[in-house]
Amino acid sequence: MTGPTQPKPSAADSRSVRFRIARCDGPGKPTRWETFAVKIDRESAGANVISCLQHIAAHPVTVEGKRTTPVVWDSVCLEEVCGACTMVINGKVRQSCSALIDQIAPNDGDEVTLEPMSRFPVIRDLWVDRSRVFHNLKRVKAWVPIDGTYHLGSGPREPAKAQDTRYTLSTCMSCGCCLEACPQFTRQDDPAAWDTTFVGAHALSQARLFNMHETGKQLAGERLEALTGPGGVADCGNAQNCVKVCPKNIPLTESIAAMGRAATIHSVTRFFKK
Amino acid sequence: MSSHRVIVVGGGLAGLAASVRIAESGVPVDLFSVVPVKRSHSVCAQGGINACNEVARQQGYSEYEHFDETIYGGDFLADQHPALEMANWAPKIIDLLDRMGVPFNRTAEGFRDLRLFGGSLFKRTHFSGATTGQQLLYALDEQTRRYESEGKVTKYEFWEFLWPVIEDGRCVGIVAQDMRTMQIRAYRADAVVMATGGCGLVFGRSTNSTICTGAAAARCYQAGVWYGNPEMIQVHPTAIPGADKTRLMSESARGEGGRVWVPRKKGDTRKPREIPEAERYYFLEERYPAYGNIVPRDIATREIFSVCVNDGLGVYGENQVYLDLTHLPATTHHKLEGILEIYKKFAGEDPQHEPMRIFPSVHYSMGGLWTTFAKGSYNPPEPREKHKSGAAPPIDSRIGQGMQPGAIENARTNIEGLYAFGEVNFAYHGANRLGANALLSCIFDGLFCGVGVVNYLKSGTPSKSPHGTVSQSAYDRVVQQEERKARSIIDTVGKGGDDEAGNPYLIHRDLGNELTAACTVVKNGPRLEQCLARVGELKERYSRMKLADGATWTNQSFGFARAVGDMLVLADAIALASIQRRESRGAHYRTDYPNRDDANFMKSSVAKFDAAKRTTTVELVDLDASLIKPTARTYGKKDSATEQEKKSTPTAAMARASA
Repeated sequence: MTGPTQPKPSAADSRSVRFRIARCDGPGKPTRWETFAVKIDRESAGANVISCLQHIAAHPVTVEGKRTTPVVWDSVCLEEVCGACTMVINGKVRQSCSALIDQIAPNDGDEVTLEPMSRFPVIRDLWVDRSRVFHNLKRVKAWVPIDGTYHLGSGPREPAKAQDTRYTLSTCMSCGCCLEACPQFTRQDDPAAWDTTFVGAHALSQARLFNMHETGKQLAGERLEALTGPGGVADCGNAQNCVKVCPKNIPLTESIAAMGRAATIHSVTRFFKK
Repeated sequence: MSSHRVIVVGGGLAGLAASVRIAESGVPVDLFSVVPVKRSHSVCAQGGINACNEVARQQGYSEYEHFDETIYGGDFLADQHPALEMANWAPKIIDLLDRMGVPFNRTAEGFRDLRLFGGSLFKRTHFSGATTGQQLLYALDEQTRRYESEGKVTKYEFWEFLWPVIEDGRCVGIVAQDMRTMQIRAYRADAVVMATGGCGLVFGRSTNSTICTGAAAARCYQAGVWYGNPEMIQVHPTAIPGADKTRLMSESARGEGGRVWVPRKKGDTRKPREIPEAERYYFLEERYPAYGNIVPRDIATREIFSVCVNDGLGVYGENQVYLDLTHLPATTHHKLEGILEIYKKFAGEDPQHEPMRIFPSVHYSMGGLWTTFAKGSYNPPEPREKHKSGAAPPIDSRIGQGMQPGAIENARTNIEGLYAFGEVNFAYHGANRLGANALLSCIFDGLFCGVGVVNYLKSGTPSKSPHGTVSQSAYDRVVQQEERKARSIIDTVGKGGDDEAGNPYLIHRDLGNELTAACTVVKNGPRLEQCLARVGELKERYSRMKLADGATWTNQSFGFARAVGDMLVLADAIALASIQRRESRGAHYRTDYPNRDDANFMKSSVAKFDAAKRTTTVELVDLDASLIKPTARTYGKKDSATEQEKKSTPTAAMARASA
């Protein structure tokens, strides 16, 4: 079974693209750079950073002719819905599956630089430990507190417009692009400090998502309590980088503003209740 | 909290639904996954999830008809009672997901919206944009995180399942490896649920994620678990080709009105918009007036394949057809935004203005670990005739009619204490899965069969001898086996020269090409025999495999190379079962046996592995067809009484295309 050919035959039938890759053997080990050349031709139509990394894994030889080890990186769906293959490509954080070679390196000899995200500890090469992204979802209790899985009828009815807003927020794949771009979200390798350092745009947006849901609202107070504490919404420096790099075009700054307002009201209410 | 523990392997929809259900009953769960569970392959599911609903019900639809569609869609190869129970539970599952906060699309009045999907004449598919799998997975991920924060679920993410620990015929734990530290260790449990998905990577490029190697299932298989219907591999009709994988274009594109066509004129070089309506060949609509573009997947795939390969009508003379959404209104485009974005990003054209160019690709494994079930209370004296669409159902939708709720045999493998949920098992879908039934079967397994796992702890062997009583040597033995295996792979580093033949990545590439050519859309005996021989050659190459990385920390290519060995074992089972099924049924189409043969082959293929000889044998085992009588599966095709006529055109062209 041969697949359809790709729509655009490139000007040159074959070209060579160089990949300059930051290598690191493990935590605490130094970073070194290795460069590989990958041939792009009709055979590799539709090539992306992933297919080139796959090629390098099978042929781990640098441009100097030195045999090395296959590059380690994280990937799952390759359709930009899982968030796994996020890395810094030519200085910009994004998913490597949707980084098409025809777009990022259209000419013969073009170079592509691949680096791991900098706000998370490197496990090896391009693979980083993003446990903190998921940890921060626990801080804002990013779930609907249902009574259990027994059959209790349907959920709340919802206007189409509200669904549309929630759906957009709910497409967040915890990739960490917003965190990589954020000046306030600095690298923190000690999990003990995670609860008091900036929670990040993704978690603020998830807090907004669950505060919008009829049942999710039940935990709104607890979420806002977490967001008024250290590392909460007040830590946002309003750089607005997050929204520019979000691959799902989630209105992160709207979410931050909404949570900022809600947190202020929460604090004031709490003050008067004391 | 119970002193028992359950291990769940895999954190997709099935694994998470099981974890939530089991943790909720008070049993601690250890959840193992090769990725953070939120990144599991379930995120790739797009179109929706099927369930009878009030609107469809008032139009004459019923849970029973959903069941009937599932069996007919699967070409009568699925055990029928489990499919009945699943269909009856479907509306309850939708309600639960709704309560969990899944943003299902809504009607103007705020009710859950529905779309049309393959194999049905009723709108019965619930959806969340065109990323329904992602949204359902996230809802279950959130519930799992909630239990995790309460200490009821312990996650082991980036841990790879290596082998089940089986002692005295029952599964009492697993051996797994930390993918970062490379530590191999055993974990005790009273029951193990495998929820590790399909095996698309055996075919090289597919719509599956990089983690869908089938290795976990293959390891259970080599440890003595039977594997049902390995030959039943779904090739999805509409995918975008790519250098690293093929990307799914959901069936919802057709359900929402998308039309498949090619130019009537061979080799037409005009742009699609320049081709007038009369010169377009809407071949699915012409051949299947009732179902049109929403015929089941195996049929659409063969028709697309045939139009391109036999008739040479592929767009621009290539193997591709148009999937056209340009005529649909903006509101429909909005509902399909998730997949339109994928096409735009990866193919570089906007499907709102240009018809997409697509071709079939390997997508789903109907086959998988063989599982049992306890029949429910509905047992008519004779199987009934096929249900007439829209007619009153013969039974209501009460639970327990298909399978006995809470029975410990439900979704259990042939090994006591070892369960298989979701795509990794062989249940429900027979020879072809209907669109939007996969998400349903995964969640159904987790919620419904999860109860049976808990009951097994309470009333089965673990109630008398919990995992704590099992001798440590049982675990140590498997750890040592896996350490030996790992060492034998690592020891190949630096041995010998630059041998391309022993490169694990190239062995995998060649395996994928071979299996795709021989074991997908069109099969035939001689080609399958050749495939079996070639898999044998690949195994021989694998025995001389050389790894390029000897690192003892986060050695990804080691993990991949080990999985290639397991894929080769599955490949054997797929080819052998394809050879032995000398008929055509659902996704399994043989040019040398183009007809369905119920007398001899309305049976499950069950592959069994001989550990001593390392060989596979396949036997045919009777299945449960006690509810609906088999009928010809035509979907009202116009040019022939049955699909068989089409099938009886074994052409050299088809063989060439698959070679």
